[in-house]
Amino acid sequence: MSTAAAGYDARRTLPLRVEIVRQFKRRRTLVMFGLLLALPWILVIAFQFGPQNPNQQNALRLSDLATQSGLNFAAFALSVSASFLLVVAVALFCGDTVASEANWSSLRYLLAAPVPRDRLLRQKLIVALGYSAAAVICLPLMALLAGTLVFGWNDIQVPGTGETIPAFDVLPRFGIVIGYALVSQLVVASVAFLLSTVTDSPLGAVGGAVGLVIVSSILQAVEALGTLREFLPTFWNTAWLDALAPVLDWGGMTKGAAVSVTYAVLLFALAFRRFRSKDVVS
Amino acid sequence: MKRAAALVAALAVLAAVVWLVWPSTPEVRGQEQRIAVIDGPENDQRVELDTTYFAPEGGGRAPAVLLAHGFGGSKQSVRAQAVRLAGQGYAVLTWSARGFGRSTGQIALNSPDYEVKDVKQLIDWLAKRPEVRLDAQGDPRVGIAGGSYGGAIALMTAAHDPRVDAIVPMITWNDLSQALFPNGVFKKMWAGLFFSRGGPSVETQGLGALTAAPRPLSAQEARCGRFLPAVCEMYQQAAATGKATPEAIALLRESSPAAVAARIKAPTLLVQGQRDSLFTLAQADANAKAISSAGTPVEVVWFDGGHDGGNGEVDWLDELTLGWFDRHLRENAVTETADRFVITRDGGRDPGTRQRIRLHPGADRYPGLNGTSTAQIQLAGPDQNVVNPPGGSPASISAVPGMGGLLGGAQGNLSLSLDMQGQSALFESAPLAAPLQLTGAPTVTVRVRGEGEVTLFAKLYDVADAATPPTLPAGLVAPVRITIPEGKGSAEATITLPAIDHRFAAGHKVRLALTTTDMGYATPAEPASYVVGLASPVLAVPTVAALEAAPTGPVWWTWALPLAAVAVAALLLATGRRRPAGRGTAHVPGAVGADASVTALGGDASVTALGADASVTALGGDPRVDAEVPLEISGLTKAYRNGDKAVDDLSFRVEKGQVLGLLGPNGAGKTTTMRMMMGLIHPDSGEIRIFGDKVTPGAPVLSRLGSFVEGPGFLPHLSGRDNLTLYWQATGRPAADAHMEEALEIAGLGAALERAVRTYSQGMRQRLAIAQAMLGLPDLLVLDEPTNGLDPPQIREMREVLKRYARDGRTVIVSSHMLAEVEQTCSHVVVMTRGRLLSTGPVSDLLATARHNGHGPRLEDVFLDLIGDKS
Repeated sequence: MSTAAAGYDARRTLPLRVEIVRQFKRRRTLVMFGLLLALPWILVIAFQFGPQNPNQQNALRLSDLATQSGLNFAAFALSVSASFLLVVAVALFCGDTVASEANWSSLRYLLAAPVPRDRLLRQKLIVALGYSAAAVICLPLMALLAGTLVFGWNDIQVPGTGETIPAFDVLPRFGIVIGYALVSQLVVASVAFLLSTVTDSPLGAVGGAVGLVIVSSILQAVEALGTLREFLPTFWNTAWLDALAPVLDWGGMTKGAAVSVTYAVLLFALAFRRFRSKDVVS
Repeated sequence: MKRAAALVAALAVLAAVVWLVWPSTPEVRGQEQRIAVIDGPENDQRVELDTTYFAPEGGGRAPAVLLAHGFGGSKQSVRAQAVRLAGQGYAVLTWSARGFGRSTGQIALNSPDYEVKDVKQLIDWLAKRPEVRLDAQGDPRVGIAGGSYGGAIALMTAAHDPRVDAIVPMITWNDLSQALFPNGVFKKMWAGLFFSRGGPSVETQGLGALTAAPRPLSAQEARCGRFLPAVCEMYQQAAATGKATPEAIALLRESSPAAVAARIKAPTLLVQGQRDSLFTLAQADANAKAISSAGTPVEVVWFDGGHDGGNGEVDWLDELTLGWFDRHLRENAVTETADRFVITRDGGRDPGTRQRIRLHPGADRYPGLNGTSTAQIQLAGPDQNVVNPPGGSPASISAVPGMGGLLGGAQGNLSLSLDMQGQSALFESAPLAAPLQLTGAPTVTVRVRGEGEVTLFAKLYDVADAATPPTLPAGLVAPVRITIPEGKGSAEATITLPAIDHRFAAGHKVRLALTTTDMGYATPAEPASYVVGLASPVLAVPTVAALEAAPTGPVWWTWALPLAAVAVAALLLATGRRRPAGRGTAHVPGAVGADASVTALGGDASVTALGADASVTALGGDPRVDAEVPLEISGLTKAYRNGDKAVDDLSFRVEKGQVLGLLGPNGAGKTTTMRMMMGLIHPDSGEIRIFGDKVTPGAPVLSRLGSFVEGPGFLPHLSGRDNLTLYWQATGRPAADAHMEEALEIAGLGAALERAVRTYSQGMRQRLAIAQAMLGLPDLLVLDEPTNGLDPPQIREMREVLKRYARDGRTVIVSSHMLAEVEQTCSHVVVMTRGRLLSTGPVSDLLATARHNGHGPRLEDVFLDLIGDKS
């Protein structure tokens, strides 16, 4: 005898497609993607202003090399946005997802539908991570497109030493850069997601995650902490620069990925554990 | 939540207080002392040395360390290091050498007749201290450490005084004549800097030097500063002519460990800088060879520093010094390291801080400057004409003494070198197929055509590509003097290039440059021209394979941490499951049976069960019977965080086809009960069964429950229709089961259905929410205040809808404040107050009781009477 209504199957509740549609039509989703896709073009316009420095020989900072090629420009765009803009984007998608449902009161109707709690959280996490990944990927890809159209498809010039690497050799490296940027944002995603299950205020969850990143970046500057700093969630955020060095160095990225994954797994587990036993009163 | 925050704050405050109050290590106090010594060739010169003695931490007799300062410094320069060593349990004596700081006497360049005698008497002084451990009467256990001028006195004293037990000479010379006149070419820039630091104004330093009134200098003081006249004469002659007389060479040799180093018995740690054009790695090499020839243990360190700057690695050198003294001055010798040769190499940038990191590979023996094996690099280039410009100007630039220090040292890519056109001959290799790690001094054989004495400067460049200027590793250059025999017209010579440790990357080229001038050196003023070519195209490059760091795998925690995290996460999830609530407590629910007999209301009983008979049969445990019961609540209890009970031991039962009104004043626990029905809140004890199935979060049976509790919940950016459609899709059930059109009809929103929900009025949302609750026509419908915000016609319509809904065998539970509404809509009621059940039964029965008690027939009166009685 089936105790559930006819046609009900817990494994079919809240399909990913439904959750994607629910989130996609939101204004903040569209605004965030609009911003991420527009930023490279804003940067391109910004670089058109000001005198072009003809003496590029000794200019070895990433920003000085940005106009050398599309790849250089994409690396520059990623470097200026990874520390904050992408953090905000990821925190938004992951911090907003459960908290906003609680805020709208729609969470209780989903749970009573019933969507089992673990499944609800899993589906929401997958979709939130999907949107986050899309955000992290779309910025450098758009920057690559904009940079290539405006500055041309030239070999990449490495910041620091000024060495050049052929463009097609560096393309797979660029994939590594984006992949690492994704992994390193997992910490932000997990903090935001955990907060999202704890609070009913979407802004609280997003702000909390961003705040944690800021505190971590400040602590990172305290040399007195020594090797402890290596375990701060943001310490390895710039390690992807190693992928653009003449000799690819995996050391920093391995450590960064390890730290990121560690935090993420723990925080995601905590989120599930908390949400499972939580009294939903919103 | 608040309690946790308060706890965190309290812990933070406590930690801050502990950190502030924690006893810091007591400050090591130095004891200022002027020690009188007698020296001079005839032992007739009285000199007072300004010293500071730091007693060892921890008491008992401890080994002693003499810390010597560099040229131009004083005992103050090594104070910080002295304090650290004293903190590690050493008796430390620092002193200003004769002619420096506040000590009297004149500078004799570490002469055995002067400075060495002084230090011997300092050792005598140490032997008398009660804190200093003695090896024998008058023989303290003592080590000497120092850099540059201080390093040389360590070597000289160890050679002349067998009481010295260990030394750590750093960035110092083996043969001062070779350091200042390498291959006979005068290193004028460095020599000038070196000797100017012994000038007249060294007595006052820092701010004092700026504020002190200038003191008139005597002619001798102005000319020679605090130098011994003999030393002064020698330098002035050499600087004027650019050539060293045999007497000058003899005087410099006198002050050099070269002649006496073989007598050193004290284990020696030689620390030399890779960025040092004054005392090159070759100087340390000569010391190492001489000292180890007598069987004395020697270790050699090439660090990132020296007189030209570099990082300096102060902390690491302190560590090495302390380790050396711990090993050789204390019995409880720390673990012996196998490495006899350690160098500093660039380890790239730290990915976290973007700071440069340094690696310290080691080899188990010191290979010297010829390496353990030799790579042959083929150079190519035709014979080239070079000229020595008249007056030796303009001169090529290799390094500017002290410049590296000014630039912060870490400028690995910055090359100051500049070769003048027409003055240099270049020979280049093909691009390297594999990286080449050069460790030591490469050699090459050249042929020079011309006449007389030819001065050349040999450098080895690292050429990356056409776009990048070539780099001159460490800015080092080797001056050579080749004498072409009369009448021969040409000569061959094997040139030893500067000793360096440098990695040529694959694809880079090795370039040998031979120039006729260098700014740092005195060169002949006479114009001349030569033809320079390679006698053999082979550049012999020494390498030390043992230093090649084995490829280290990823740090252990990079795999251990994530694995541990996964394990902890699994544990968190496995232990996070809630214990099923209310197990083992049996409760007898009061059943609201249609056929229940009416018992008197009021009285002592807190719960008045209507129809006790029905409840007995229902609890028989027959699942088929249970499965027919839409709702059965037994012993349900839920407490707030503060302990007050929102729902207290609530039991009742609802049968099929009923429209049940849930009545109670605010705070009676109605909404909490409904939330528990939906599996949103975990009960503390007791249970709820819907169609026989226990309600847990996400229990499948909830799919037969339609609910509207505490207001609507919609996604404001979606239209009403999209909201309902997506909600139904979220349940995962077939679209055909939704009965969407029927539900939308109940909502009655018309065209507004296509607008975003955020534009809706309260009443519209209310109706949409009730429609959502009815999607799929659930067997049990739970509505919380459904008529809020509806206008009278809509209320009437809603009443009919609910009645009709229950008529088809479904069950409806409605909570409401509108008692008249309940009276007209519901067949049965449950009255609650303060979380407890007050009364259950058919509306008609309840009204009948009331009439029986002489009250009016309205439910409102009964209700007020009920809760009035109880409160």
